[in-house]
Amino acid sequence: MTLTLFLFYLSAAIALGSTALALTRANAAHALIFLIVSLLAIAVLFFFLGAPFAAALEIVIYAGAIMVLFVFVVMMLNLSEGSREQERAMLDFSQWWLPGLLTAILLAELVYVLTAIDSESTVRAVMPKEVGLSLFGPYVLGVELASMLLLAGLVGAYHLGHHFLRRNRGRSE
Amino acid sequence: MGPGMVPIEHVLVLAGLLFVIGLFGLMLRRNIIFMLMALEVMLNSAALAFVAAGARWGQPDGQVIFMFILAIAAAEVSVGLGLVLQMRRQLRSLDMNDAIRLRG
Repeated sequence: MTLTLFLFYLSAAIALGSTALALTRANAAHALIFLIVSLLAIAVLFFFLGAPFAAALEIVIYAGAIMVLFVFVVMMLNLSEGSREQERAMLDFSQWWLPGLLTAILLAELVYVLTAIDSESTVRAVMPKEVGLSLFGPYVLGVELASMLLLAGLVGAYHLGHHFLRRNRGRSE
Repeated sequence: MGPGMVPIEHVLVLAGLLFVIGLFGLMLRRNIIFMLMALEVMLNSAALAFVAAGARWGQPDGQVIFMFILAIAAAEVSVGLGLVLQMRRQLRSLDMNDAIRLRG
């Protein structure tokens, strides 16, 4: 019981720390590694919340597919040391204080609202079978809309990227 | 291990913290790749809140919405990274301050 709670808070701390590190790095490749660690920690949290299917999807799709897309683009762009210097200059404290103040106010409001709820925290595990039945039962229209969205994303990404591909192919020939 | 007495309100506070970190990163960074990463963090924190709420009530709806958020994130990232390549090709930079004139 207490071990479960300890592991829960440990993975929550890992998620928070690695996310904060990811968004304050100057090097995009290092930031991506921290972001992947953060996603894996959140997948562990999903296990503790009794959502094993969501945890598997978090690892397979988020950490496995979306982050690999980021890694490919960072490798294709081949960012120079000059851009890293520019990023470090942008991370000066004079840039920090206004976003920090605004987000601190937002966080205080969020915590105030969330502590007002009464908590009788019993978590019930939801197995993949129930999720599938719900997904293709009452939410089947949403599944169709998501497939349309993914098709539009595919066509849009091809349209935006095919100049880049054609130019690179022309260079290699 | 397994679901037990994990405090739901702490999970919701964690989701709020992650969202706020993502928003902070979005406002702080001007590099478009880091802005896309911050958007991912924000979407992910919203998904965490949905899964926590679904676990609290023992209903599958939270995980269904999680899957929809996953689909939205995948579509958003593919189009966003296409835009990154296009921006690099046309402006030779990844700084959002160079792309504020909205001219093609």
